[in-house]
Amino acid sequence: MAGSPGTGSRGLGSFLAAAWPVIRRRLLLALPVLLLVACGTFGLLHLAPGDAVDAMVIAGGGGDAALASELRARYGLDQPLLVQLSLYLLRLLQFDFGVSPVHNRPVLALITERLPISLLLMLTATAFAVSLGVVLGVSAAAAAGRWRDRLILAAALVIYAMPSFWVGLMLILVFAVTLGWLPVGGFETAASGLSGMARVLDIARHLILPTLALALLFVSVHLRLMRAGMLDLAGADFVRMARAKGVPRRRVLWAHLARNAVLPVIAMVGVQASTLLGGAVVIESVFSLPGLGRLAYDSVVARDLATLMGLVVVSAVIVLTVTLVVDLVMAALDPRVRLR
Amino acid sequence: MTDWTVSRRLVLAGSGALAATPAWAQGTVRRGGTLQVAYNTEQRNLNSAMVASNAVFLVASKIIEPLAEMTYDGSGLSPRLATGWEASADGLSVTFQLRRGVKWHDGRDFTSADVQYSALEVWRRLSNFGRIVFRDLVGVDTPDTHTAVLRFSRPTPAQLIWNALPDLTAVLPRHLYEGTDVAQNPRNQAPIGTGPFRLGENRAGQFVVLDRNPDYWDSPKPYLDRIVFRVMPDKGAIAAAHEAGELQLSCFSSVPLADLKRLAGVPALEVVNRGYEGSTYHALIELNLRNPILADVRVRRAIHHALDLPRVVRDVFDGHGTVGTGPVPTTSRLFYTADTPRYGFDVARANALLDEAGHRRGANGMRFSLKLVPAPWFDYTVLLGEYLRQALRQVGIDCQPQRFDAPGHLQAIYRDHQFDIATGSPVFRNDPAISTTILYRTGTPPGVPWSNQYGYASQAMDQLLDQAAGELDPARRVAHYHRFQQLAMEDLPVIPAVEFTFLTVASRRLRNHSNLPRWAMSNWADLWLDS
Repeated sequence: MAGSPGTGSRGLGSFLAAAWPVIRRRLLLALPVLLLVACGTFGLLHLAPGDAVDAMVIAGGGGDAALASELRARYGLDQPLLVQLSLYLLRLLQFDFGVSPVHNRPVLALITERLPISLLLMLTATAFAVSLGVVLGVSAAAAAGRWRDRLILAAALVIYAMPSFWVGLMLILVFAVTLGWLPVGGFETAASGLSGMARVLDIARHLILPTLALALLFVSVHLRLMRAGMLDLAGADFVRMARAKGVPRRRVLWAHLARNAVLPVIAMVGVQASTLLGGAVVIESVFSLPGLGRLAYDSVVARDLATLMGLVVVSAVIVLTVTLVVDLVMAALDPRVRLR
Repeated sequence: MTDWTVSRRLVLAGSGALAATPAWAQGTVRRGGTLQVAYNTEQRNLNSAMVASNAVFLVASKIIEPLAEMTYDGSGLSPRLATGWEASADGLSVTFQLRRGVKWHDGRDFTSADVQYSALEVWRRLSNFGRIVFRDLVGVDTPDTHTAVLRFSRPTPAQLIWNALPDLTAVLPRHLYEGTDVAQNPRNQAPIGTGPFRLGENRAGQFVVLDRNPDYWDSPKPYLDRIVFRVMPDKGAIAAAHEAGELQLSCFSSVPLADLKRLAGVPALEVVNRGYEGSTYHALIELNLRNPILADVRVRRAIHHALDLPRVVRDVFDGHGTVGTGPVPTTSRLFYTADTPRYGFDVARANALLDEAGHRRGANGMRFSLKLVPAPWFDYTVLLGEYLRQALRQVGIDCQPQRFDAPGHLQAIYRDHQFDIATGSPVFRNDPAISTTILYRTGTPPGVPWSNQYGYASQAMDQLLDQAAGELDPARRVAHYHRFQQLAMEDLPVIPAVEFTFLTVASRRLRNHSNLPRWAMSNWADLWLDS
């Protein structure tokens, strides 16, 4: 298998042992990044006019000045900005995310109850987008220039051009309203009393449409990356060599071409992790899913600084983790990639 | 029925029929079933004694009850936790007879001590509007377990108290709140009340379940077994869920305006505009009188003349509104007067007034430029801003729009006064003294939303409002507020352009809905689902 990258000779254990210094350094580097992110969010949110008490007063339909100043004192919003920021950072160092004045609950509890929903959606959407994108990309590349290729590319372009909330509403209209096959929204049937496998199936049924809506955009990105990568490599020496050796066509396609062309797709997954976290807000709204994106959106509207800061820190941790994992996967797949 | 007595001296227009017999025969009611309701403005604090807002009431009013509820007929009030109420002639006390045999959801008895605690510790201290109505409340006597006497330091019009009963007198269980920090009490998220439904599973971001209270005092109600409020932030998704039959009800116009016509055509659904008269909104045009141009009343009247309000009702409100005639909406039978100065659509008159005020058109056809800040609260307030820009252009006023999100808007208008012309949407709460006169009276510090931050200062207005606030005689009090509406329209510091309420989308299987003036905020004990 000349030129074909592989890790078969190395075990996972030895690979991780070799990568450990890199992992450790990345983790240390993540700390200043997190600090910068926290300060930046704090500053940005304070540039926006109005604070959490304003938002509370709006929710309550009005209120007098004394009530508002009592509330500001209660949540420490009457303190100078620097004091508020340093108090927050101090608590953050002790892994204390504080209490949300809007929800009147610990921020960590708010985030942990929504995190699984967001992660689940992120995972299913990524898995779906990557697998379908790769298959379609290979299939298009194999038929480059012929009608199948053109059809796939045209479909990808159309999907790429459609805003995801519109795709979401159309999916609802077709599959929930007209055909009645799937539920309109929600994470599971409200107060269904289901448990065990029945509940898992119920949740899966609810996740089909949002996963589709979220993943379709990325399918078109992945398939184009995949197709371009395949065509780039089609003339490479190791491919011609394989063909000359008489390796079956299908095997050349998948074992030689696809294995190399998939690397940019995996790099893209790392980049998209942040997009998926932030961009899911629209899908979460359309499908009534209580994920992190919607919590973030609601927190901005309510000027809920505590929750928003907590979310930003958690999101930064997720993005940094995904980036690290993607780098490790890349290194594992391709020995030419050096971890630094 | 019960032994309650209403003081007819004080409650106007008491034409009997207060305990209106239900129009349906008992035999036809179908009991049981689960009602699925859209819930697009999820609330964390369900303590309606503390936060009197529509979004809180939508859920909390089924769990926590007020002393009385608003009705269409009779005196306009129907008893809930109070069975009778009477005021002393000097305006220094009101006495409530409380309902017997009422139990809290945790099994304890409801008594006058609960009312005493709620009034002193919550209504007059923490409730955003209770702080106005119960400002002079100094004590609550409880001569027996089912009588509560509210004592005031200054004469307080009983009419105002009666009008505040539905919105501002939700009673909390003393035994769960006493000695705690009310604002932080965990029961605010999981309320215990006396209402027809008990709080069941409450999963943040997903749904709130209310279960039938089998021990409700008004047996055999409630008829429904369960109400599920489904958190759905997207209006388009609510419309789709209605069409798919997953929802039987959505209140407060929570589907897109554009989808209403289509939904009205779905045979299984009906779109109703009744049931919100008790919380009528005004699409208000707010003017900053600190701007010397707008300080001239002729300019303000010219702006009103430039507006084709019937067209606004037709195009912006899709016909679901009424042209405003003053600060009190037509839905207030008690206080409304039609006898106010009017400024009909008349472009020539508007131009003449602006010329007279000395604002000639410049080379570009414009007289002057204004900073326009449309409120983000409703589609209506945003679209009205767009209409203003077009309409005022016709008379040579150039509007430069600037938009904020909700907290930003509050700060720009009500604290920093960074606007010339803005749109807003105050709600009339059944009595002008609760949240309407504050739009005209001087003396409110900057930063209080939905108050006179317009730079309007009139001694005549202040005197009139003070006189009305201390007036105990109901008829004379009403007369003062008629004069208030006239003066407000003469001076025109703000323009009450259009009155509007909300729409309900309901399944045709749903019975007994929209039968009260604040129905979405009422307890739904008599609601049932046909098969």
